[in-house]
Parts: sequence; C-alpha cells; structure tokens
Amino acid sequence: MSTPLERGVDMLKSQVDTRVESYFSSCTHCGVCAEACLFYTETHDPRYTPIYKTEPLRKVWQQNFTLWGKLSSSLGLSKPITENDLSDWETLVYDGCSMCSRCTMVCPVGIDIAYLIRKVKEGMAAAGFVPEGLQGASQRALEFGSPMGLTSKGLLAAVEKQKKEHGLDIPVDVEGAEYLCMLSSNEVVLYTEFLTAISKIFSAAGITWTVSSKYFEATNTGVQMGNSVIAAQLLERLVEVATELKIKTVISPECGHAYTTFRWDGANILGRELPFNVVHIMELLDQLREEGKLKTTGSFDERLTYHDPCNISRRGGVLEQPRNLLNQVAPNFVEMNENMEMNWCCGGGGGVSSNERAEPLRLKVFNVKKRQLDELDVTTMVTSCSNCRLMLEEGLEENEMDMEVIGITELIADHLA
Amino acid sequence: MFEQFVDGIFWDIALIVFFVGIAWRLITVLLLRNKRIDYSEPRNSGFSGAIMANVRGFYPRKEVSSRIRLQVIAGYMFHLGLFVLLFFAAPHVKFIAQHITGFSYITIPYWGFIVASQFAFAGLILLWVHRVLNPVTRLISKRSDHIATILVFVVMLTGCMALGEASSELRVLHRFSVELLMIYFPFSALMHAFMFIPSRAFTGAFLGRRGVKV
Repeated sequence: MSTPLERGVDMLKSQVDTRVESYFSSCTHCGVCAEACLFYTETHDPRYTPIYKTEPLRKVWQQNFTLWGKLSSSLGLSKPITENDLSDWETLVYDGCSMCSRCTMVCPVGIDIAYLIRKVKEGMAAAGFVPEGLQGASQRALEFGSPMGLTSKGLLAAVEKQKKEHGLDIPVDVEGAEYLCMLSSNEVVLYTEFLTAISKIFSAAGITWTVSSKYFEATNTGVQMGNSVIAAQLLERLVEVATELKIKTVISPECGHAYTTFRWDGANILGRELPFNVVHIMELLDQLREEGKLKTTGSFDERLTYHDPCNISRRGGVLEQPRNLLNQVAPNFVEMNENMEMNWCCGGGGGVSSNERAEPLRLKVFNVKKRQLDELDVTTMVTSCSNCRLMLEEGLEENEMDMEVIGITELIADHLA
Repeated sequence: MFEQFVDGIFWDIALIVFFVGIAWRLITVLLLRNKRIDYSEPRNSGFSGAIMANVRGFYPRKEVSSRIRLQVIAGYMFHLGLFVLLFFAAPHVKFIAQHITGFSYITIPYWGFIVASQFAFAGLILLWVHRVLNPVTRLISKRSDHIATILVFVVMLTGCMALGEASSELRVLHRFSVELLMIYFPFSALMHAFMFIPSRAFTGAFLGRRGVKV
C-alpha cells in the first residue's frame, strides 16, 4: 500500500514525456515568463513565476530521468520531494495559476508552461493536495452531474421557465438532432439569458438541436483539478448521451475550459477520437452568419470591449469569430490594448474560481484587467465564457466600476432580424 | 605531460562525451520517451506551427519587450559574440580546418575579435548579474546555471589570454577549459543550445493545430 506522497511522486514520474523532457532541458531560468503572468505582475512575489510553479515535476524529472540527477540521488546528494513541498506548491498551482498560458507565449525557448502545470496538478491530485473547493465540486459533478450539485430536475425546471416566461420551447433529448448543446451550471441557474438566446437564434436559423436531460454539464472538474480519471469519467458521460441521441456535432457553450476539454483535450484524455464534432457557440454563430442564416438588425451603440477567454482564444484558437459577430452589431466595439492570443486572464480560470481560498488573490490580480478597462472608457464588456463573466462581474464590483458584462450570444439574440 | 594529456587522450574523451552525449539526449527526447498521438481533429497545420514557433522565438513579443529589455539585449550580445568568436576567430578557424573540415574559411580581423569578445563578455556578465540580483531569476536559478556561466566565462577568458599565442601554457589552459566545458555540456543547462529547437517545435505544433497564431 503506497502512501499519498508515493502516489503523487509516481504520478509525476508517469507524466514525464517527450515534451516535458525537451522543455526542462531547454529552460535557461531566464525569468521572462514571470513578466507575462498576472499573478506575478500584480503581486511581485517571485514564487508566482510560472516555471517555478512546475518545480515538483522538474525535480522528479531531474532526479529520475537525468544522468547527474540519478547519480546525485543515488549518492544521497539531492533532496527528494516531501509532503511539505507538495503542500507549499498546492497554493502556487491551484491558487496562483489560472492556467491562462500567457507565459507559454513569451517563453524564448518555447516552453508550454501551462502543459507542465497541468501535469503538476496530476501529481498533486494523486497525492491528495487539492483545494477543498475543487474537491467538493468534483464530488458533486460525479454524484449529481454538475459541480454546483444541479441535477437534471434543475435543468428541466429552467426549460419550463423558458416556456412560461418567453414562450420558448427548449428541445430536450431529441434523437437525431443536428446539434447537442451542452451547458454550464452558470447558464442554467445564473445566466439563463443564454438559454433564451440560443433558443431564439437556433429557431431563427432553422437548425435542429437539443439539450440532454441525462447529462448536460459542460464543466469538467477533473480537468480543473488535474485528475484525468475523473476527467475521463465525465467525458464518457458526454460520449454516451451524444451516441444515444445520434448527435453529429456537440456545441460547447460560453465556457472556456469546456471548449478546450471537448474540442482539443477530450479525445486525448479518452485515448481515442470522439464520435462527434465539437464547435464553440462562437464558431457556430459565425458559421450561421456566413451562411446567411443569422441575420441581425439595429445596433448596440454603447462603447464596448471584448474580453478574450484564455481557453477559447489562446488555447482554443477561436479568435476572429467573436469579433466578426461583434462587428455586425456593435459599431462602437474597441479592443483592449493586449488582446486575442495575448489577452490578460480574468484571474479565475483553471479552477481558481471554484477555490474559495484563492478569492483574495484572484481579486488582487484583477487589477491588470482594471487597468486595461480604465484606458478604454467603455460602459460594457462582452465575453464568451460564463466563468469569465462571473469573475469579471466580481472584479468590477470589488473595484466599484460601473460596467455591464454580457455574453455575445445574448447580444446577438437581442438584435435578431 | 599535462600538455600531452590535454592535446591527446583528454581531447578524445571530451569529443566523444560531447557528441555522444548530445546525440543521446536528442535521441531520448525525440525517439525514446513516450510520445502521445493527438486524437483531436486539427484546425491548422502543426508542422507550419512548429516552423513558425522556431522563427518567432528569436524576437520578443511587444507585450513584454519593455519588461525584458536587459535579458534580450544582453542575451543577443553574449550569443552573437560567442558565435562569432567560436566560428570565425583565426585560431579557431585554423583548428577547425586542421581537425574537422580539412579546409579553411574567412576569419575576423584582430579588431573584430576584440569587439566580439567585448560583446560576449559584457552580455555574459550582465546576464549573470541579472540572475543573481533579480528576485525572480535568483529564486529559479539552479546550481548548474551558475556552473555553466563560470565554465563559459573561464573558456572565454583563457581564450583571450591565449590569443597572442605567446605561450604554450596559455593555449593548453584554454584547451583544457574547453574540454571541461564539452564534458559538462550534454548533461547541463547548456543543452538549451540544441533543445530549444524541439521545445519550440512541440509548442508551435500544439498551438498551430489549434489555429492559434504563434
């Protein structure tokens, strides 16, 4: 029976692959990554230097996969990883990193630091060093189907509410529909206008779609905490319902990490190709616009800006689509000074938003977004991720900034022709 | 005795360790370590992303350039200065012609050597001072970073001392320090001289597949 520490170290060893080897072998410890990280630039604490957060994995690699490391370990010259190390690094990787991967973009030797952090999290999770908030969210996701504990009854209640309040029929469990739309719990309980918006848009565009009462949750807490086993279990549920309903394309809603999980990482976590295509709602809306199926009228004349969700833009490659949509309805759309693949994170990605302990730090690092917004003099901010939206709203409130945050989908729905 | 050792057996050992070590490290990274197939449907070409990332990595992004000016300028001064010295200093060209290529090529004049060495020394010292004084680099630097800096510094210093070829002892001292560096090279942070290529390529391919501009 191995100890939690041994399980953590074994997991870290198993994470060493060809990319990890080349990344650690090429790192010159130049510190450039720190200058791209909001947790460092807003705190000036060198411990938040991105590459420093990968230290447990680097140590395991160095001691077990390099000549000098093996030699010094066998001679007792290097210190093995301890539980205290993992305990210290828990706050660095879960509280002080939103896995936004801005550091990856500036590394002179091209190290994908977010990739390494994801692997560090696998080791932390195996050793049991995961914040309570994330552990709880994962347990609820496995037990009830969503990290908020929302069940299918909650979804059906939201569907019923849409019918009563807006006269909209949300299709549920429709076999053979073209699209299966996944939802984050945020969109079912907090930003219900998303459901209203997609219902109006899809009806106008004449496409067939459905939600699943069996499994609707887009959020994957396994990915956020760094546990591939849980991540795979949650993904299998999606594959199961999509297969049952004979779905060709799954829509990732306004949720950043759900998109990268479904579109890019999911197949690799499961170790096989997914039996359906995945599109982000921004991609689908832009495609409908190009096909002439999404026509708008009028304009939103307020001065507004767009916040790029890291997982959708920098990690997901959905960069032009939201801008195409905004340019159709928002003549006073202005860009932040650093945008698209070099945007600044909202501070709550990578599971930070589910980690109550990290809240003071998260609100502190929001300063970078505040500075960006102060330069623009906008009244409205739009985004395409409900988690970002929540984090932005909290940040604005904390800083007493009078600004509205809305999702692009609802903005488009409000201007349907 | 020492001169014979340095010019003979130790040179052979250093040469073998250097080339075999580098080859082994590269083979390990590129062929041996577990590689995973990417099952996701690519949006764009990973290959072009890998190429682009290797080119893009040579100049800093404008979003951080003002914050990393010292590292960039000092880094280029050191690397370019060292490159010129290594491949175009007259004694090196003569050595390469005699032991490796069999033919000679263009060399830099004496003043060129002085300029290149000033650049290399200034760059290396600036980078090391930054490493020691900056809280971030001080925290993340490893012992091997300092050893590598000292070894390179000693190699350059003994090289300058031996330039006039006034004494055989100085030449032997330079060659000995080079041999130590060659033995240390494959197992140290100096491997970044080769490893940055696959490192940039992996990340470039990863982002390129996703349609992210590298």
